[in-house]
This record gives sequence, structure tokens and C-alpha cells, in this order.
Amino acid sequence: MGVKLLLEKANVPGIRTYDVYRREGGYAAAEKALKEMSIEAIVEEVKKSGLRGRGGAGFPAGMKWSFIAKPEGVPRHLVCNADESEPGTFKDRYLMEFLPHLLLEGLLISSFALGSNDTYIYIRGEYAWVATILEEAIIEATKNGWLGKNILGTGFDCMIHVHRGAGAYICGEETALIESLEGKRGNPRIKPPFPAIQGLWMRPTVVNNVETLAAVVPIIKMGGEEYAKIGVGRSTGTKLISACGNINKPGVYEIDMTISVEDFIYSDEYCGGIANGKKLKACIPGGSSVPILPANLLLKTAKGETRYMNYESLSDGGFATGSMMGSGGFIVLDEDQCIVKNTLTLARFYRHESCGQCSPCREGTGWMEKILQKIELGKGESSDIDLLWDIQRKIEGNTICPLGDAAAWPVAAAIRHFRDEFEWHIQNRALSQTSNFGLQHYADPIHVPA
Amino acid sequence: MSEQTLFKVTVDNITIEVPAGTTILQAARQIGGAVAPPAMCYYSKLEGTGGKCRTCLVEVSKGSEKDPRPMPKLVASCRTIVMDGMEVKNITSEKVIDARAGVVEFLLLNHPLDCPICDQAGECHLQDLSFEHGKADTRYEFQRRTFKKHDLGKHIQLHMTRCILCYRCVFIADQLTNKREHGILDRGDHAEIATHIEKSLGNEFIGNVIDVCPVGALTDKTFRFKNRVWFLKPMDAHRDCPTCSGRVTLWNRGDEVFRVTARKDEWGEIEDNPDGKPGWICNTCRFDKKHTNDWIIEGPRAISRQSVIAQGHYAGNVGMTQPTEIFKAVNDGRAPHLLMDIHNESEVNLPSVRLSEIEGPSHGTSFNNNSKNA
Repeated sequence: MGVKLLLEKANVPGIRTYDVYRREGGYAAAEKALKEMSIEAIVEEVKKSGLRGRGGAGFPAGMKWSFIAKPEGVPRHLVCNADESEPGTFKDRYLMEFLPHLLLEGLLISSFALGSNDTYIYIRGEYAWVATILEEAIIEATKNGWLGKNILGTGFDCMIHVHRGAGAYICGEETALIESLEGKRGNPRIKPPFPAIQGLWMRPTVVNNVETLAAVVPIIKMGGEEYAKIGVGRSTGTKLISACGNINKPGVYEIDMTISVEDFIYSDEYCGGIANGKKLKACIPGGSSVPILPANLLLKTAKGETRYMNYESLSDGGFATGSMMGSGGFIVLDEDQCIVKNTLTLARFYRHESCGQCSPCREGTGWMEKILQKIELGKGESSDIDLLWDIQRKIEGNTICPLGDAAAWPVAAAIRHFRDEFEWHIQNRALSQTSNFGLQHYADPIHVPA
Repeated sequence: MSEQTLFKVTVDNITIEVPAGTTILQAARQIGGAVAPPAMCYYSKLEGTGGKCRTCLVEVSKGSEKDPRPMPKLVASCRTIVMDGMEVKNITSEKVIDARAGVVEFLLLNHPLDCPICDQAGECHLQDLSFEHGKADTRYEFQRRTFKKHDLGKHIQLHMTRCILCYRCVFIADQLTNKREHGILDRGDHAEIATHIEKSLGNEFIGNVIDVCPVGALTDKTFRFKNRVWFLKPMDAHRDCPTCSGRVTLWNRGDEVFRVTARKDEWGEIEDNPDGKPGWICNTCRFDKKHTNDWIIEGPRAISRQSVIAQGHYAGNVGMTQPTEIFKAVNDGRAPHLLMDIHNESEVNLPSVRLSEIEGPSHGTSFNNNSKNA
């Protein structure tokens, strides 16, 4: 049984309400932070903890906090990014739905540390009921003196506002989120200036993921150094993984980043193996935008070492033979899944979610989708694979925001690792409409459960 | 006078000193010529433009004197501020040329290429861009996207299929008029310029969207299908206008004024008036004053000799320098192929060849003698 810091109390009945949460030791960290600790000490603890952003990029949270500009007389803002729209990722929803007060407590501590009197939760529109839960929790917390004016007599004012998005994936990008929060069209801004200098309403702003902010609570509770002892290397603390796909037990799991990918997929504590006794074919380990990995490269790195569920190990080998931790959306594909179809689904998603601001992403995503559609429908030509490769290469890195990269990586990885499946689709046009490529020669290194 | 900090920046091995806060693109434009990256969405007279089209991507091979690390990605030169000692590669970088060709391909992907019936043809930035940086053919084989037509009123014609979503017209409406009536609807590849819902653009200065539009998406309805720009003679003129500066370019054929535009500089941007403010013109000047006697003619307008508009008119010399080598010298002594040569050389024109008997479309290889001169 791994360490549980965030979801420890998730199964306590009624934990969603303030009374139960408080009885279970909630808001103790906030009390400690606001009453006993200085602002610098809190930031120092977060830095010591080595907490990395849980939204996908994995940027150290403490460092992000220390970048925030502090001009005299200009209000600063903390924005909680709850626009969790990455396909395969649903950890933040779980956290907010079952432990809304944990997020509020994390937000309160972080707002105190950053000096944000107006803190925003930007929640995706599809999470309508979660937004209601959060609003109710805010009312409860305000009633009990944890939000509002002069919290705990410290003279610190903080209000948390819930803002519902209108259902755009791009608004999960921090500058697009800020634009949307300001009431504008959710187009990413051109950086620099970064939000830490000019963010929401041109004021210094920090945008953090839900899980990052919730993790501040255990960090304050146990101290940054203790927190850093959990995990391995630069992957400290615990991480929520939302596992889905062809596994026996899909769900949200809290892991301490020392377990291997193999254990995570096959152990009964976590995913419980591949569903219906099938074999593992491939996995997208960190949400739809990270490169897909075939089974052989997923369980072992290219050097033959065991791959672990942490930032470093998952990205071992770069994009050639590795992937990314990403947002923790762990999508498992079994032998019956068609990589071409899977890539098409992702390409369609990114075409639909591109904001249309810069040309490579606006035009390129649509083009990739059309070519993949053509291959999937059995009308592909062998030149299409190279064309796809060339298009993704011209999108990647040439766009304003990372959505262009996110659209290009899945296509690139699918071609890199499963080129023969694409070729099979093109060469066996009729057959590909009725049957599946299956495992073919990926079968060799596949783990066979005893 | 306060001392201005000057930064040394090197673009394509040409060093120039520019004031701090200048963008790479502006620095490169000061050098001029082919060193200046193309820009489809950036417009120096409009605040906040740029960064969207990605045609001006450049490689920064040295960040600055203090921090000589190169930038990991290509950067949009229109929005990147120069640092002291920065070294930039534009046309000397393989990466940039490759990426730019990619961007041109993306921009042309859904462009209808209806240049033969487009009023912008001849002064279209996309035409220039694809000619200079693009490839000869496209790899796109699918249907191009189309849009439902929107009517923007009696003055401005919108062709959404031609639009490259540079957002210039949105910025100009924000910065020049009190209330913006049009904007971008939808997102991604079906994003479009439109009004909500079906309004006409009526502001006194809204006609300037036509001048800032780099392509033929927004054109002048009073000039629509009237003439080709290269048949017209551009003349500088002015009138005493109560709303704007009244400094315009008239596009004449004989005595007839076919259209009125603001004066544009070598980058296709509005020229500044003598008072230093951009010379935007009002709708009255642009659409209603179509008689020569409305205007006081100043003289012929200099047009870049490379421009198709300059053909057969004036030996203008705007911004471009005359090439030192003549064509024969660059081309290993070979004379250029001229279109008229086809009459003498090609079998196509011989009576013995029956075009109707050739199966399918015919090209160069269908005839034997075409490359006699090559």
C-alpha cells in the first residue's frame, strides 16, 4: 500500500462537507500557515518539497511562485486551473468532487503565500456539478471564517471565485485561461510577458493546477523536507494518476512515484491487469498529448531498465523511445485497439480544439485529421505516412502555445513506433476495414501474466 | 535629449544598432532587402498585432552578449525584443527557410487561389509570400473549406475563404473606431470574420480594414471587378477633409478615379502623415470622392519596381535596391525564357500538332522541341 497524502480521507463519509473535513484534521495546515509561518517560509517549504506542477509540464511550483513580480500597490492573483480537458485525465475532477475543502485549503495557503486577495478557480464548463460543489464548499468555508475578510485575525483577506469555462480545451493553457477569465476570446497570449509579470488584468498572476495546489496542504502539514523524501529523485511526493482504457480497474490512483509501470498496470492494488485477459499493446502514459509507447518500450526503457511511474523514468530516452508524465492521464490500449483509429481520434480532438489563432496549428491539425481519416477508411497511399510526418514536424515548435506540440506529438509517436501498422492499413485496404492489425511482432516483449 | 540605449544586433551577419525595445523584425527592416522577414499579421501601426501567422519566424543563434545561449525554438521576430549582442539568422538558416515554407503551405492550404478573379491580385501579400518563400505545388488533396457568406454593408466585401485570420481588421476596429462590430466567430479551422448577427460595418473609419487586409478577404465594393490594379496609375493626392488627413493615393485610368486608398509604404503599411500619426483615411474620402476634381493631385506615386503594379508605369524606387547582376550573369549566361518565346519555339503553336488529340492535359513533356533554348 503506497503513501496517500491527497486521497487519504477521500472515502470518509460526508468528507465533502466542512464539518466532517474539519473533524478529520482539515484546515489545520491553513491554521499553521497563516498563524505561525511567514510568507517566505511557506514559499521556502514548497521549494524544499520539490513539488512539480501537476498540470502537465512538470515545472517546479516553488520556482514558479518565486518568479511572481511584486510591484508596489498592484494586486496579485492566484488562479487555479481546473480546466481539466486533456482526454484521459480526470484526476482533478475526483479531487474537487470528493475533497473540495482540500483544494480550498490549498488555495487559501497559496493565496496567503502569494498575496492574492482574489483567487479564481477556472473550472471547465462540462464540470457543472463540480462547480456547484465548490461553490457550496466556499459558502461553508466563508461561514466558518476561512475565507473572507481578516481570516483568523491575521488581517489577510481572501475570496475564492469559481469561474465556469465554456468548454474549450485551449483554455487550459494558462494565458488563454487568463484571457477567458477576463471575458475575452480564449486565445493564448504571446509570451513574453509571462503571467508572473503580466497576467490577469495585467497584474502578476500565478496559474497552478488543482492537484498542485491541493498538494500544498500535505507539504505544510508535514514540512517540505519530509514531503521530498517520498518519491524518487526530482519526482517528489505523490501523484494522482487517472487510469483508463482496457484495464480491469479504471480509476484515480494516488502513487508515490517509486512503483514501476509494470506493477501499476498489473498489480491488483492499481489497474489490475488488462481487461478480458487480453494483452497489452500500447499506452499513452500522461494524457492524450504525450507520445504513445508500445508495450516493449513502456515496461522497459530502451536500455533495458525497468520503467517507473515518475517524471524522469517516463521521459527516459526522450521522444525517440520515451514519453512524458504529463497530466497523469494513463490510457492503456490492448491488442484489439487500432493505432490508426486511435491517432485519428486524437487528431480530430486537436483539430476541433485548436483556437485558430496561428496558422500551423489551425491548418495543420485539420490536414492531419483528413489524412488519418483517409488512411482509416482504407483509402490511404504510402506517401501519406511521410506527409503526416512532415506536417507534424512543421507544426511542432512553430506555434504560439503548446497545443501545436500537443497535436503533433501523438501523430509523431504513432508513426515512429507503429509505422508498420500504418503501412499495413495502406497495403491491405479492404482487410483493414474488417480486421485489426493486432499485436503482430510487438508480441515478443509483452508481459504475460502468470 | 535623453540618451537612448543602443543595442547591437546581427541579422544574417549584418550588424546594426537599434534602440532598446526594438523588435527583431523592425531591426531587420532597418537593414532592409531580403533580410527583413515577411510579415502577414504584424502591422507596426497597430498595437498588439503579430505573432499569429508565423511567417516571420527566425532563428536566434545567440541570445545576447550576457547570455549567449541560442533560443531553443524559432521565434516570431515581430514580437521578440532584441537584446544586446543578439545574433539572428533569417534567410541564412535552413531551419527558418524550411519552417517558413511550411507556414506558406499551411496558409495556402484552404486558400481558394482565385487570384484571377480577386481584386487584391497584384498587391496581395500572400501572392508575394508564396512566390518568394513557398513551393510550386501543394500536397493538399482535400476539399477546401467554405463559409456561409456574410454581407458587411455597401462598402466592404468579405471573402472569408481568402482570409488568413491575421486579426489585423479586428485590431484596427478596436483601435480606430469606438465600437467594434465585427470579430472572430468560432475557433480552429472554421474560425471566421463576421458580425454578430448580420450587421453592416458603418463606422466612419472602418474602410481602413481594406487597407490593412493582407489578402483579398476584405475588398472595396466600389472598386469590385472594375479593374486590375496593375492597369491603374497610382497618384498621390489630397483634399481638405474635415474628418481625416485627406492624404490618399488615387488609382486612375485616364481621368477616371477607380479607387482611393491610403498611402502605403514599402512594407505595405499606411504611411505616416507629416504630423507623425498614421494616415488612416475616412470612408468619405475612400468611397465617395471618385472624381478627379475632388482632389488636388500631387504627382505620381512611387511604386517598388519589383511590384506588378509598377509594370509600364513609373520607375519608382521604394525600399528596394536595383540588383547589381543582370539575369544572364546569374543564370550562367543563359537568356531568360520569356512567355513570348513560346510562339517561336513551342510545338504547341505549330499547325501540325492537334491539341485536341492529346489525351488528358498536356504539359512540357508532351512536346519535343520545347527545351531548345535551355
